[in-house]
Amino acid sequence: MKRIPRFLQNDKIKIMLKLSKYVLYDIVRSKVILAYTAFLFLVSFSLFNMEENSSKAILSLLNIILIVVPLISMIFTTIHYYNSYEFIELMLSQPMSRRKILLSEYGGVALSLLSSFLIGVGIPVLLYSPDSVGFSLLFTGICLTLVFTSLAFLTSVKARDKARGIGFALLLWFYFALIYDGLILLILFNFSDYPLEKATLVLSALNPIDLGRISIMLKMDVSALMGYTGALYKDFFGSGSGILFTVGIMLLWIIVPLWWALRVFKKKDL
Amino acid sequence: MIRIEHINKKFKKLVALDDINAQFDKGQVISLIGPNGSGKTTLIKSILGMVKADSGKIFFNDELINGDPSYRSQIGYMPQIGRYPDNMKVGQLFKMLKNIRNVSENKVDEELIEKFGLKQIFDKSMRTLSGGTRQKVSAALAFLFNPDVLILDEPTAGLDPLSSEILKEKILKEKSKNKLILITSHILSDLDELTTHIMYLQEGKQEFFKEIDQLREETGELKLGKAIARIMKGEKFNSEWIDGMFVVGKIKDEKNSSLPSE
Repeated sequence: MKRIPRFLQNDKIKIMLKLSKYVLYDIVRSKVILAYTAFLFLVSFSLFNMEENSSKAILSLLNIILIVVPLISMIFTTIHYYNSYEFIELMLSQPMSRRKILLSEYGGVALSLLSSFLIGVGIPVLLYSPDSVGFSLLFTGICLTLVFTSLAFLTSVKARDKARGIGFALLLWFYFALIYDGLILLILFNFSDYPLEKATLVLSALNPIDLGRISIMLKMDVSALMGYTGALYKDFFGSGSGILFTVGIMLLWIIVPLWWALRVFKKKDL
Repeated sequence: MIRIEHINKKFKKLVALDDINAQFDKGQVISLIGPNGSGKTTLIKSILGMVKADSGKIFFNDELINGDPSYRSQIGYMPQIGRYPDNMKVGQLFKMLKNIRNVSENKVDEELIEKFGLKQIFDKSMRTLSGGTRQKVSAALAFLFNPDVLILDEPTAGLDPLSSEILKEKILKEKSKNKLILITSHILSDLDELTTHIMYLQEGKQEFFKEIDQLREETGELKLGKAIARIMKGEKFNSEWIDGMFVVGKIKDEKNSSLPSE
């Protein structure tokens, strides 16, 4: 018989679910998450209604999601972490391991952000554009939410106070959403004499936002506009191994920061 | 019950704990005393695993504390400054902890909730509570699960005289049940009737760890404050703190038979 891993034993999971329930309860009370849901819902609905062509609407929605989802995920998570510092402290004086406490916090935050996204964007997409492009948009949104929640946990655990924590979070968001693209352009421009197609493939994996953008763009007709690189991308990301690559890299982006945050949190003095 | 071996802790350059060794057993009431910043709270937090010591070992019931948090189910902790989730109500806080600890209703000790009259404020949110009321909530939480070990960090600071008396009675009651109690306090007259052992810390160093009777015998003083003052005077530790302590003692006793300056 296969041995069940220690962390999956029943009562431990039960305690974590209990903790997550309190985290969720706390989040729902603050109403920020409801506003976020309403915002996403309004934006998606109005985009689908304004554009005749649903794929055009998806493209506009994609651009908004790539900016807004990471930003809100990071800021919300960071603020939530510092606001629940008292809760974490209280739990630490109880027979509760640090790992369990942080993972339940992550579970609560990620679950609330995900449900916001799935209600706010998922429902309109299912109504207006229930095709492969729509689903990959949802997949990207889900991944980005989880990735940036992980990253925000890492920065909050590392930074001592709220101001620094939010500062770091904003800096990371700036980097991934804006600066990184600038850097890539700079590289492409300076090394335009060399064949860079493979290199850009690797570079795109180093930024979850880019990765998400590429994997959706290639599902649309616009990839034809991207020339040779687009063709290569389409060749790679369109294939089965390309999809596996995308999912794998996204998973790494979720797990590695969270694992790092757990390590830091375990050694932290509170 | 709790054994501490060569604990060291530094916060950046500040030495918070410097090679602390001690053994605490059932039925003892240990008073941790010393000036502000002498490492009392750090020691307590290391026992609770909230602060990770740089080196050294802490044993709880002969088991090394590292990682497994289950030993904390036997500890009731009352922090110096109780901080609780702001938008939670007092009643919810108690309910949540009972829920998480999975303890049946008839096993919890709600004596302090009754005596402090906390039931009446169960629907108030934690944000609105005064410092003293918060302190009462902390105290009630520490005793709630009938723990074998009580760790009380300045329990009477901020409590009104009546509540402070209630708490002291409760501590005495638990002491008679053969529990281990660790207290830090600057109000030595509060400790007088409770304590069995004194641990004196200064700048992270353990200056002494003695039984109270031995201390009284050595110094010939009955009052804890005076006994400690006498020791300190001989060894010239931190005279300012002792003088201050003595002033408090003088006002409380309304008599000044011997001043350290004499």
